[in-house]
Amino acid sequence: MGVEICVEGLTKSFGHQVVWQDVSLTLPAGEVSVMLGPSGTGKSVFLKTLVGLLRPDRGSVTVAGRDITRLRERELYEVRKLFGVLFQDGALFGSMNLYDNIAFPLREHTRRSESEIRRVVLEKMDMVGLIGSEGKLPGEISGGMRKRAGLARALVLDPEIILFDEPDSGLDPVRVAYLNQLIVDLNAQIDATFLIVTHDISSARQVPDNIGLLFRRELVMFGPREELLNSDEPVVRQFLGGRMQGPIGMAEEKDAAQVKQELAQLVDTAPAREPTPRLLPGPGITRPPRWEAIARREAALHRKEVTGA
Amino acid sequence: MSLSPTGALRHSGNLFAMALDVVRAMPRRPFQAREFIQQAWFVASVTILPTALVSIPFGAVIALQIGSLTRQLGAQSFAGAASVLAVLREASPIVTALLIAGAGGTAICADLGARKIRDEIDAMRVLGIDPVHRLVVPRVLASMVVAVLLNGLVSVVGVAGGYFFNVVLQNGTPGAYLASFTTLAQLSDLWAAEIKALVFGAISAIVASYKGLTAGGGPKGVGDAVNQSVVITFMLLFVTNFVMTAVYFQVVPQRG
Repeated sequence: MGVEICVEGLTKSFGHQVVWQDVSLTLPAGEVSVMLGPSGTGKSVFLKTLVGLLRPDRGSVTVAGRDITRLRERELYEVRKLFGVLFQDGALFGSMNLYDNIAFPLREHTRRSESEIRRVVLEKMDMVGLIGSEGKLPGEISGGMRKRAGLARALVLDPEIILFDEPDSGLDPVRVAYLNQLIVDLNAQIDATFLIVTHDISSARQVPDNIGLLFRRELVMFGPREELLNSDEPVVRQFLGGRMQGPIGMAEEKDAAQVKQELAQLVDTAPAREPTPRLLPGPGITRPPRWEAIARREAALHRKEVTGA
Repeated sequence: MSLSPTGALRHSGNLFAMALDVVRAMPRRPFQAREFIQQAWFVASVTILPTALVSIPFGAVIALQIGSLTRQLGAQSFAGAASVLAVLREASPIVTALLIAGAGGTAICADLGARKIRDEIDAMRVLGIDPVHRLVVPRVLASMVVAVLLNGLVSVVGVAGGYFFNVVLQNGTPGAYLASFTTLAQLSDLWAAEIKALVFGAISAIVASYKGLTAGGGPKGVGDAVNQSVVITFMLLFVTNFVMTAVYFQVVPQRG
């Protein structure tokens, strides 16, 4: 079972520039959450703060009863064993082949025999569909494979929490779809708490239980998927609709008068009001009760839609 | 590089803090033997050839200077003694310092910097592994060991070069040259030089690692980090060299 992450009043700035302030949210144990936000709103900074790579100015991050922001370096390394993090480009060690990369955490942290390590590594590589590429170096494979290998490495210590930093950046739509399916399947299989940081709207619609939106140096909203998808908040509508009219500008936010005018002229063309079907674990995966419930709810929703039409 | 005084202070403080971290992480188990051997081999492989090639002309220059100086002073019989002394005491630690910082340190800094900007270092931290213990300590130890060995190499090549230039090219007397070897130099000179090399190796590896691990801003950041690491290391090494030489003369009684 995953672990809950409780963030309270988190504020981070670099010099005089505030990245975001007073962010409070709870990532429920075992659920998939997505953090959305325009580029440059500090999504990656948020993720790094959660694992204690960056120290916030104020606020707390509580994981398994311990406040990450106040731990000493040594204790931090212990708590981090609960985490698996998929970095943007996989962050594989360039000098090792894929097998050694994925075996690395096991060799460093456990005293398992080489044959046992081999079993675990091959199991995880199979999970992400990388069997047969064990001997390749990170420089020799595509970006999508690097991400999957990074994911396998993050999984190898059986983490309770998995953080994804833009898993869909730089991938084509088909690979994004596969990766999303993989994320959902994984959640059903290992039951860990997932946080996905992204700006890909279609993933955000299909994958998570909860969605949050960072904008203008604060957390605009965080809540269950349906709530956010049906929200009337202009920022949320603009972001989900992927359109120019609204508070989000090219460089920074726009001035209030201009936003008002734009919104008045706008005919809401975004087809987001009808419920987006949720991505469910694949047919080969045994669903835990949580996913059974979600599947039933989805089926009911879909039926209603069909009969209503 | 920021030029504000607080920035400079902060960097010095962080550098010193990392040096302390390295010392603290050194005895921690498990010792990264594999990484240490790889790094020692790597640092040696990038420094041995340039060191040998630099120390021959360096020994030659010293031999030429001393050869003409002793002739002017009418003390040709001391040519050997003076040249050994110069090579052993100053030339070889300095050449070692230049090479270990210029070839070894830059390679370490570029390697760690490249890993840093590819998020590898953060990934390592997230996997619960302390990069100072896993990466920096083996590099510092490797650089220290290689520096000590290089110092020996430079001493031998420098003295041999000095002999060649003094005896063969300046028509010095081989017997007098060899006989005067130990009139001024003593064994403690060699020890002092080796200790200097040890310290130089540690400093250059720590500065290079610090600069590499704090590199930022993409590939250009790595280039800047390498550049700064060489400059900072050189400054530190020459100051340290001066201090250690001054202490040496106070502590060890001189011959003659």
